[in-house]
Amino acid sequence: MTVHTTSPQFKQNATRALGDAQLQKALGNVKQGFIDKRQKAAEALPEFEALRDSARDIKNHTLEHLDLYLEAYEEKVTASGGHVHFARNAEDAREIILGICREAGAKTVTKGKSMISEEIGINHHLEAHGIRPVETDLGEYIIQLRNEMPSHIIAPAVHLNATQVEQDFRRVHRHLDAKRDLSEPVQLLTEARSVLRERFLAADVGITGANFLVAETGTSIIVTNEGNGDLTQILPKTHIVLASIEKLVPTLEDVSQLLRVLARSATGQELSVYTTFSTGPRRSGDADGPENYHVVILDNGRSSMLGTSFEEMLRCIRCGACMNHCPVYHAVGGHAYGWVYPGPMGAVLTPSLIGVDKAGHLPNASTFCGRCESVCPVRIPLPKLMRHWREREFERHLTPATVRSGLNLWGFFAKRPALYRLATRAAMGAMGLAGRRHGRFAWLPMAKGWTKHRDFPAPQGETFQARWQRERKDKTA
Amino acid sequence: MSDLPSQGEGRRAKPRVGLFITCLVDLMRPSVGFAAVKLLEDAGCSVEVPVQTCCGQPAYNSGDRGTSRDLAERMIEAFRGFEYVVAPSGSCAGMVRKHYPELFEDDPNWLPKANALAAKTYELTSFLVDVMGVTAVNASFDGAVTYHDSCSGLRELGVKAQPRKLLASMPGVTLVEMNDSDVCCGFGGTFAVKYSDISGAIVEAKAKNIEAAQAPTLLAGDLGCLMNMAGRLSREGKPIAVRHVAEVLAGMTDEPPIGTAKEPRSA
Ligand code: SF4
Repeated sequence: MTVHTTSPQFKQNATRALGDAQLQKALGNVKQGFIDKRQKAAEALPEFEALRDSARDIKNHTLEHLDLYLEAYEEKVTASGGHVHFARNAEDAREIILGICREAGAKTVTKGKSMISEEIGINHHLEAHGIRPVETDLGEYIIQLRNEMPSHIIAPAVHLNATQVEQDFRRVHRHLDAKRDLSEPVQLLTEARSVLRERFLAADVGITGANFLVAETGTSIIVTNEGNGDLTQILPKTHIVLASIEKLVPTLEDVSQLLRVLARSATGQELSVYTTFSTGPRRSGDADGPENYHVVILDNGRSSMLGTSFEEMLRCIRCGACMNHCPVYHAVGGHAYGWVYPGPMGAVLTPSLIGVDKAGHLPNASTFCGRCESVCPVRIPLPKLMRHWREREFERHLTPATVRSGLNLWGFFAKRPALYRLATRAAMGAMGLAGRRHGRFAWLPMAKGWTKHRDFPAPQGETFQARWQRERKDKTA
Repeated sequence: MSDLPSQGEGRRAKPRVGLFITCLVDLMRPSVGFAAVKLLEDAGCSVEVPVQTCCGQPAYNSGDRGTSRDLAERMIEAFRGFEYVVAPSGSCAGMVRKHYPELFEDDPNWLPKANALAAKTYELTSFLVDVMGVTAVNASFDGAVTYHDSCSGLRELGVKAQPRKLLASMPGVTLVEMNDSDVCCGFGGTFAVKYSDISGAIVEAKAKNIEAAQAPTLLAGDLGCLMNMAGRLSREGKPIAVRHVAEVLAGMTDEPPIGTAKEPRSA
């Protein structure tokens, strides 16, 4: 079991999102900011396309030998005095983390940004057991105050505007002067920083995610722009790294290649502001660092993707470029997808993790425009994988009955050319006649979805094949 | 490959092109097909239209591999004898070029045939420019146009410069680029009906960009996208003429634009 999903209600979610004026305004920023910056960063690096190829190859190689690299990684972590825990599913991971927190006598846990922690729903679990989780990434902190999920994998609060954040801060930070000025974003940032500083110092355990786990050295790596991850993992006595199996990378050299495409694809930066390496607990002579170092490695359905066409999805380095370039994401935002991972990567990954019976809408809600694939730094063929989900749904009879019968009818005629010509000739003749006055239909009974938002242009009347036969016959006669 | 003219005697022989008419052009707007025939013949090709129905794309994108394969096999047979296959659509040409080989990837019997068809199938403007070396068309049209890059043509087949190059050869035509011309119009085949609200929002954004370009004519190379955009523009009461790029390139603009009546009425 993982966190609750509203993916089955994707359509309703989407319609609600489309009617939410504030959200629509916020989504406008995604369109502008991320796309231009990525484009500039990619153009400024002549070897960018070649780097994408090698990023793809590094990940493919790792996935092919994942068992070996996991073993090597575990050995290195153990040798450096840390502990590796393998969690089969979300429940396992929650229990392992709760156990470590209890052992540490933890009352407060600080957290760096981690999508895996969202996937296993760790915050609620800790709260239910009397432990207070505190998100330290600004965006995560804001959505924690609002009891929401991230709407974007690298910009969790991208769906909100400053006024909303101000209201949340006033609601929650009651100990501060009610008349303080919070009209500037920088004031919000300063306030969050000062509140979080106290929490950092009080925390008994720090949980971070990982962008990469390095098999060669047993190192976990996080990239952030706020530096909150460093404080989360250095200050408390216990550091827990929470990561999924596909975060493995063989060597530090490989990581340096992946980092070059990651930040550029994500935010257009050459590198994120902080790239932090941590290897095991503090050694004697180290200036700082945790006394206890744990790594929880989550499977949660991923190993069953290995060896299938969905294995390609495990290359994902969570840069967010696919959603930044997705017209559907731009239209409805991340929450409509109804689970942890939105956008094109979510449309492929979510059915793998929670079942296509629940997440079936996601791979269908795509125009297959292909813009996601064209920017993915590890060249995941996202539309193709979405199509593979559609095929699985079709095989399992999960495709809606109306779509199925429509396809069957179309297929029936398309496989019988003579009948097809007769039928289309008659149908287009009739439609052409009916639409002759206006040249279009404002309403069509068979295509209400279409005519709800746009007119249906009328056909010219005669089919091409009919006219071709007629005219060529005239010519040769 | 016995149909190919041999180097010595057949160098100047007319390439035999099979026109892959596509469902939408066949049913909705045959004039686009005749424009394509004219462009191909002007470029020195001999054009034939074998009996055909549908390439199977709607089934393929709906996850129905069985029906897609059935229809794909028919297509492969229908176009076997041609030197080239040309479609006035990037999406349908992309289906054959990119997806037929995928569709038959584990069928050693059909895969070579699928690959052979894929290799000789082209979208119209890219065929004219890249294969036939056409640099200019002999047609006239007066006015400013804006051009939408349909997704499959653009990203699967690299169609971007070719239609612009041909339009630039027409002295009366001024091309005004709209913002985000390479962003999806929201059509997506059955997507437009299945996820109608989302599709509606995407085409609404597209219509804004089209309007902001302030060109009286909108062109594109795919009828699905064109019907979507034309339908949205007319719904909003925007008097922008929408046409397939082939109609303008062939100088065949007698037919009323997409979604308008023969006798324009005060709507
Ligand atoms: S699928 Fe590709 S583009 Fe999307 S988040 Fe993953 S790596 Fe980035």
